[in-house]
Amino acid sequence: MDNTKFEYLLRLADNGLVLSQRLSEWCGKGPALEEDMALTNVALDLIGQARFWFDYAGELEGQGRDEDALAFHRDAGQFRNLLLVEQPNGTYADTLARQFYFDSWHYLLLQKLCASKDTRIAGIADKSLKEVAYHVRRSGDLVVRLGDGTAKSHQMMQDAFDTLWAYTGEMFQPDAVEAAMFEAGAGPDVAALRAPWLAHVAAVFDEATLRMPSPDAWMQKGGKEGVHSEHLGFLLAEMQFLQRAYPNAVW
Amino acid sequence: MNNEWPLWEVFIRSQHGLAHKHVGSLHAPDAEMAVNNARDVYTRRNEGVSIWVVRASDIVASSPSDKGALFEPSNSKVYRHPTFFPMPEEVKNL
Amino acid sequence: MYAQLVDTGGKSVKRLDEMGAEERAFQERVDAGVKIEAKDWMPDNYRKTLIRQISQHAHSEIVGQLPEGNWVTRAPTLKRKSILLAKIQDEAGHGLYLYSAAETLGISRDEMLAALHSGKAKYSSIFNYPTLTWADIGAIGWLVDGSAIINQIPLCRCSYGPYARAMVRVCKEESFHARQGYDIMMAMCNGTPEQKAMAQDALNRWWWPALMMFGPSDAESVNSVQSAAWRIKLFSNDELRQRMVDQSVPQAEFLGLTVPDPDLRWNEETQKYDFGAIDWEEFTNVVRGNGPCNKERLRTRVKAYDDGAWFRDALVAHADKKNAATQLVA
Repeated sequence: MDNTKFEYLLRLADNGLVLSQRLSEWCGKGPALEEDMALTNVALDLIGQARFWFDYAGELEGQGRDEDALAFHRDAGQFRNLLLVEQPNGTYADTLARQFYFDSWHYLLLQKLCASKDTRIAGIADKSLKEVAYHVRRSGDLVVRLGDGTAKSHQMMQDAFDTLWAYTGEMFQPDAVEAAMFEAGAGPDVAALRAPWLAHVAAVFDEATLRMPSPDAWMQKGGKEGVHSEHLGFLLAEMQFLQRAYPNAVW
Repeated sequence: MNNEWPLWEVFIRSQHGLAHKHVGSLHAPDAEMAVNNARDVYTRRNEGVSIWVVRASDIVASSPSDKGALFEPSNSKVYRHPTFFPMPEEVKNL
Repeated sequence: MYAQLVDTGGKSVKRLDEMGAEERAFQERVDAGVKIEAKDWMPDNYRKTLIRQISQHAHSEIVGQLPEGNWVTRAPTLKRKSILLAKIQDEAGHGLYLYSAAETLGISRDEMLAALHSGKAKYSSIFNYPTLTWADIGAIGWLVDGSAIINQIPLCRCSYGPYARAMVRVCKEESFHARQGYDIMMAMCNGTPEQKAMAQDALNRWWWPALMMFGPSDAESVNSVQSAAWRIKLFSNDELRQRMVDQSVPQAEFLGLTVPDPDLRWNEETQKYDFGAIDWEEFTNVVRGNGPCNKERLRTRVKAYDDGAWFRDALVAHADKKNAATQLVA
């Protein structure tokens, strides 16, 4: 059970880490100063959450790996994040679309995790939920404003949402690890998150005058099993460089 | 056409504060975003904080008086505080 | 520091008896240490000088995010990454407080950004240097933020209320920045030989540009005398630079690093450090646009602004639509 839980925690941690890494690429380059600060806040929250998940994972594994060993010394095949979060930033529309899809799922997931039989998981989820409540409100609000803004913003958001749609299915396809966690009462039934997620996205899209793609569309997957897109390798090469180049150094 | 976001003045009452204080200003397209941005800029998500935003153009001021703005950084991230980094005794001026 | 090359607009400083009634009343308030506020009468050149100085300070914070943003994706630990993100965010916040302070003087943020993007307005010379290693991030926190603190603490007492108050807030946050940088340097200087060498290399490249931040000697400058009379510049460039050197040399010694100045020596008589000559030609060139990173820094800022136009415009459009709808209902 411990190894399953370890693997499960990596999914949570890797999502936070990879998405935070992507958001931090925007530092100093956002469309407005206030927006720059808001996005960096989200990045900070996510990496903070990832660190909590990594700490627990490392303890459970019991092989002396701390958050940095896990973050900087695994290769892409061992990462368990969703394909969605490793997609490149693209335009700000792409970034916000990715964020909205993720936040909407993340919120629902954390709500369920607050009721986990594992009290440590429940505790981390509870703390994170407060932050993610803000994230999902913020991203939803921006989607409405930009969807129903100018013709240009509408088109940009629609294109971004259409392109990223294929990565959303993975969030609701339970794998063996998630199924085992659900059996043990430690994790949620991710398939059951799909309906509320679709309802939320539909409601926001409706207000934003955006068109939701078909729920029956073909979905990409593999991230949770360590089969990633070509992007993750480059992201990790950049992120892990110093630790790999100077293996004995303490920073 | 001028598409600049209007200027808003921000007032914060901290968790244990008695009244809202003026902390500065920011630009936002409307009041709701002004409040959200004020959270991110002036409170770093501290809980129990009350935020008021007022369109700068709506403020009527008496002449020469001090608005008495005080700045209260409120951080939940402990490493933002200088005391988080213990500095060796021998090192001065840090 | 941020008034590098700011022209106060006069040929000489007026005496009280040479001033008109309004200006005399203004100057007497300044002399008495009373704050000047946004709606108060002020000489035109005071207003213009402050706009230039405050906006250049704001621009410096914003452009200053870039050399550090360059390493945030490569920070060597999750803790260092979080700390650096928080620091960069602080810098955005400082820029924002300063733009707000400048706007109280009657200029808009867009006007200030246009001046920056066209090259008309300057930002601190230091941010035109590249960050080549992780040790540079330590050196920047230690020396650049360290210099900024020395410059900013006196400004907390400057005559213009909104600027002084912005400085108070900035200073509270800035000491975290300096310590963060020094903490990085300590870790490296106590680390592997390669790390220590990296730290020494960073000090070698950032020491002189940090000293140049304070600007050339202004003993002869009319601008400096006027700014001092207006209490928007409280110490001379040389005084502040000396403070920086005297403070930093012991800090470097504690790290076991060598300051890259063969002429540096303690002067027992003055109880200060004597130091070598600064290459002011390099400084002039960097300020003029010939520094290693000027073009790239500006291009990045302009691109961010231009690429973001659709976002800003859309939010205005949406707000207008909502507003119109509300009015119809009312």
